[in-house]
Amino acid sequence: MSVRSIVPFGPQHPVLPEPIHLDLVLEDEKVVEAVPSIGFVHRGLEKLVEKKDYQQYVYVAERICGICSFMHGMGYCEAVEHVMNVEIPPRAKYLRTIWCEMSRIHSHLLWLGLLADAFGFESLFMQSWRLREKILDMFEVSTGGRVIFSVNMIGGQRRDMDAQMLSMFSKVLDDMERELREISKTFLNDYAVQSRLKDVGFLTKEQAHELGAVGPFMRASGIALDSRKLGYAAYPDIDFEPITSQVGDSYARCDVRIREIFQSFDIIRQAIAKIPEGEVAVPVKGMPSGEHFMRVEQPRGEAIYYVKGNGTKFLDRVRVRTPTFANLPGMLETLKGCQLADVPILILTIDPCISCTER
Amino acid sequence: MSGIMKFTGTVLKNLIHKPVTENYPQAEREYPERTRGKVSIDISQCVFCTLCAKKCPTGAITVDRAAQTWTIDPFGCIQCRCCVDHCPRKCLSMEQHYTSPSEEKTVETYTKQTTEEKQEEKEHA
Ligand code: SF4
Ligand code: SF4
Repeated sequence: MSVRSIVPFGPQHPVLPEPIHLDLVLEDEKVVEAVPSIGFVHRGLEKLVEKKDYQQYVYVAERICGICSFMHGMGYCEAVEHVMNVEIPPRAKYLRTIWCEMSRIHSHLLWLGLLADAFGFESLFMQSWRLREKILDMFEVSTGGRVIFSVNMIGGQRRDMDAQMLSMFSKVLDDMERELREISKTFLNDYAVQSRLKDVGFLTKEQAHELGAVGPFMRASGIALDSRKLGYAAYPDIDFEPITSQVGDSYARCDVRIREIFQSFDIIRQAIAKIPEGEVAVPVKGMPSGEHFMRVEQPRGEAIYYVKGNGTKFLDRVRVRTPTFANLPGMLETLKGCQLADVPILILTIDPCISCTER
Repeated sequence: MSGIMKFTGTVLKNLIHKPVTENYPQAEREYPERTRGKVSIDISQCVFCTLCAKKCPTGAITVDRAAQTWTIDPFGCIQCRCCVDHCPRKCLSMEQHYTSPSEEKTVETYTKQTTEEKQEEKEHA
C-alpha cells in the first residue's frame, strides 16, 4: 500500500524563479494530482488603463512581460489600430515582423538555457545565453533598449532600421545560425539530455485540444495552429508553416522550439529581403471608440488582447490573456503520473511566464 | 559514450577563445548610438510649452511657465524617449547612462535665466 502525502512546490523554488504554487499529491514518489494556486505577483496593470491615456498605455502594455515586451506592446497597438481603423505603413509592418521574430529567438534561447540549467548542464546553459546576448545587442542597436524597447506606437513604429543595419543583422544571424546548429546537436542527441526529456510528460493531441493548450506546447502534441497565420504585421507575405511534432513529450517540445528558432532566422531573412521603403508611422487622429479582439503568437503561444474604447482618451477596458494561463491546465495534466524529481522540468517545458499571467 | 562527446568540440573551442564577457566595470562598455539613458535639457532653448510634460507617460516632468522652471524626477523616468521626440525646440536629449543610483529620490530643477540675469552675468565677467 503506497503512502499518500502532499508536498508543497513553490512559490519560491530554486529551479523555477517564478512565483507559482503547486500542491503535489504524491503516492510514494509518484505525482497523482497537482493543485495550482497563482496570484503572488498581481500588479494591476489592466486597471492602470483608467489612469493612462490610450497612447501612454503602450508603455504599460510592454511592461507586462520582460521577454515578450515587444509583442505585448505590438499586440496592444494592433488592437487599438483596429478599433480606430488605422492602416499602418507597409514598412512598419515588416519592422514589426522582424522585431517579433527577434523576440522569439531571444525567448526560445532563454528557455533552452533555463532547461539546460534545470537538468544541471551548466555549460550548455551558458552557450545558449551567450547566443542570446547577440540578439539583445541587436535590440539595443535598433531600438535603444535591451529589454524594454519602446518602439511601438499607435500608428506604426518609432524607429526605423536602415539598410546598413539590416545587412549587419543578417550577417549576425548567419553566424548565430551556424553556432546554434552546433548547440542544438547537443540538445537533441546528447544522452544526458535525452534521459531527462524523452518519454516524460506526455500530452496527447486530444488532451492538448481539450485543455486549450497553445503555442509550442500544443504544436509539440501535433496540432498545427499558429496565430501568425491569422495575418497581422507582415506575416501574410512571409512563407512559413507551423512547426509541429507528433510525439508530445518533453523532448518534442524542446525539438519544436529549436526548429522554431531556425524558422525565425528564415522569417527575418525573408522580411529583410522584402522590406519596402517608405514611412514607418502614420499620424493618428481622434479617440478610439469600439472594441476589438487581437490574437498574436508570442514565443509561448497565443496571447489575446481585448480593448474597448468609449470615444475618450481613456479606454474602458483592456484585457490580456497570456499564453501561460492557457497552458496551465495542460501542464497539470502532464504532471499526473510523473516522478517528483521530474516536476520542475515538466513545469519548465511549457515555458511558464507567471508574472505576465498575473499582470 | 558517443553522446557525451557531442559537446567536446564546443568545449575545446572555448579553451582557445577569448572570454565572451567584458571586464566590466574595469573596461568601459561602448554603447550603440540609440541607447536610451538619462534625459537632459538645454534649458536656454526651452520655451516652456509643457508638451514634454503632457506626453510623459509617468508624469516625471513638471514645467512651470510662470517661474520658468523645468523639473524632472529622474527616478520616475522610464527612458521611453517620448519627451525628446515631442519637444518642438529640440532642447531635450538622452544621455547613454542612467541616473546614478542614490539613497534618496531626488528631483532635478532647471531655471531659465532671464535676460536681466544674463546681462548681469556679462557685466560681472
Ligand atoms: S517640450 Fe521642449 S520646449 Fe516645451 S517645455 Fe518641454 S523641454 Fe521646453
Ligand atoms: S523619457 Fe519618457 S518617462 Fe522619461 S521623462 Fe521623457 S517622457 Fe517621461
